Amino acid sequence: MTINEKQDEIVEDFGLFEDWMEKYEYIIQLGKNLPLIEEQYKTPENLIKGCQSKVWLHAEYNDGKLTFTADSDALITKGLVSMVVQVLSGHTPKEISEAELYFIDQIGLRSHLSSTRSNGLFSMLKQIKMYAIAFSSKALQ
Amino acid sequence: MFNDNDTLTTKKAHRGIDQIRADFPILQTTVYGHPLVYLDNAATTQKPNVVLKAMDDYYKIYNSNIHRGVHYLSQKATDAFEVARRRVQEYINAKHEHEIIFTKGTTEAINLVASSFGKRYVKPGDTIMISELEHHSNIIPWQLMCEDRGASLKVIPINEKGELKMEAFDALLDETVKLVAVSFVSNTLGTVNPVKEIIEKAHARNIPVMLDAAQAIQHVGIDVQFLDVDFLAFSGHKMYGPTGVGVLYGKESLLNEMPPYQGGGEMIKTVSFEKSTYNVLPFKFEAGTPNVAEVIGLEVAINYINSIGLDFIREREQQLITYALGQLQEIDELRFIGEAAERAASISFLVGDTHPFDVGELLDKQGIAVRTGHHCTEPLMNIFKIPGTVRASFAFYNTEEEIDKLVKGVKKAAVLLG
Repeated sequence: MTINEKQDEIVEDFGLFEDWMEKYEYIIQLGKNLPLIEEQYKTPENLIKGCQSKVWLHAEYNDGKLTFTADSDALITKGLVSMVVQVLSGHTPKEISEAELYFIDQIGLRSHLSSTRSNGLFSMLKQIKMYAIAFSSKALQ
Repeated sequence: MFNDNDTLTTKKAHRGIDQIRADFPILQTTVYGHPLVYLDNAATTQKPNVVLKAMDDYYKIYNSNIHRGVHYLSQKATDAFEVARRRVQEYINAKHEHEIIFTKGTTEAINLVASSFGKRYVKPGDTIMISELEHHSNIIPWQLMCEDRGASLKVIPINEKGELKMEAFDALLDETVKLVAVSFVSNTLGTVNPVKEIIEKAHARNIPVMLDAAQAIQHVGIDVQFLDVDFLAFSGHKMYGPTGVGVLYGKESLLNEMPPYQGGGEMIKTVSFEKSTYNVLPFKFEAGTPNVAEVIGLEVAINYINSIGLDFIREREQQLITYALGQLQEIDELRFIGEAAERAASISFLVGDTHPFDVGELLDKQGIAVRTGHHCTEPLMNIFKIPGTVRASFAFYNTEEEIDKLVKGVKKAAVLLG
């Protein structure tokens, strides 16, 4: 599946929910599917510190594709991180650096993307793009 | 305390809570389809119609620059501005009108004192005493000044309830201390500090005291002459007034000795390229065109508080706090952060292992506004070894019904996050 196909699927899933609490229940559930970052990678360099919650992110580059493992100390953030990882993992650096992540806005969690909220997710997306750009230049060499 | 209604009627409870709530347009609104439950009053309070109208009137009817115009509007605006100064003076019972300096908020007032007092009185090796409870705005200005002057900070520790350890305070108070700067009420824990005792002990050694009253001014009556406090800072927006206006009270003798904080119009007597001379108090510390509309709004906010009655406000908020503490206590795994015997209208808590941010977000979607995070008191959170708290903070316009909604909301969040 392409990045956008995965995003569309998420948006469709969220269309089923009637109220916010159902939505959050699902998000929290999704957090449990997150491929967890190994303890050894929970280093200060891999920590993305927001004002409220923390996110750890680790990227691996194999056979031209990036995979991510991550964790967060807040469950809602963890659920969102899980979706981002699911959407982007297994794609090429080029696909990732060019991807436009619209699903977070479309499922109504845009507040998580505002830099003022700085809960880690916003900075995590920037970090992922940076990894992607770094690895794409590597791939070209 | 909760069945004290007889006393309340003698303390200006001349209107019912519904009528009081009707004064605040925002309390009639809904968020995510729920009636707004606003429990973030320690961050900022809502504004009554009279304040909004006063600011609107200024811009519509007599907007003009103050203190210099010869024309009618300028005179009218100047009068309103100076009436506001007298109103603040009365409200905190300052001896002189010119001891009231308008700033843009508590933060600026503290920065002003740190900068000007520091330049005049602080030398290498000196210390400034603060406490572990302080908001960043009562830490960083002193840190900046200390770095500049070769001085350092002394920090009064707290006990596990979130109260200042007064015996440690006594021990720390030595001849190196040039100023004690502490909060009157903790913004995170709601602890009310023994400020009278602190001031008496510091004064016994001729050390002046500055109080950060940002979280006190809206809850308790403050008499600066009774306290004999040297500097006091507070913000308009936490006392039902507008943002962008605050007050620094300072004793005349100290303010006269201190150099100006900022240069500009209004604060000068004569200007030449060789040497300028400065205006008298309070104008010496009020460079530039002030926030006229906001100052006028603050005056009306004080009038509004007086019309409700500070005694009534205090009793009503204590009732709400007592009720909230009792109800929240019933929630499994809920623990309070800070359990000071003397507290004002804030409660900080955590539920089990849940992250405060998650609880706050789930409350938000139920229409309940609370604050989560470190509340600009990172050192304090480090002492408790927690990433932050959920803080519910109350005002007299809150109701027991709203607290019930908070409790229900927290229970729902706990289930989802469990």
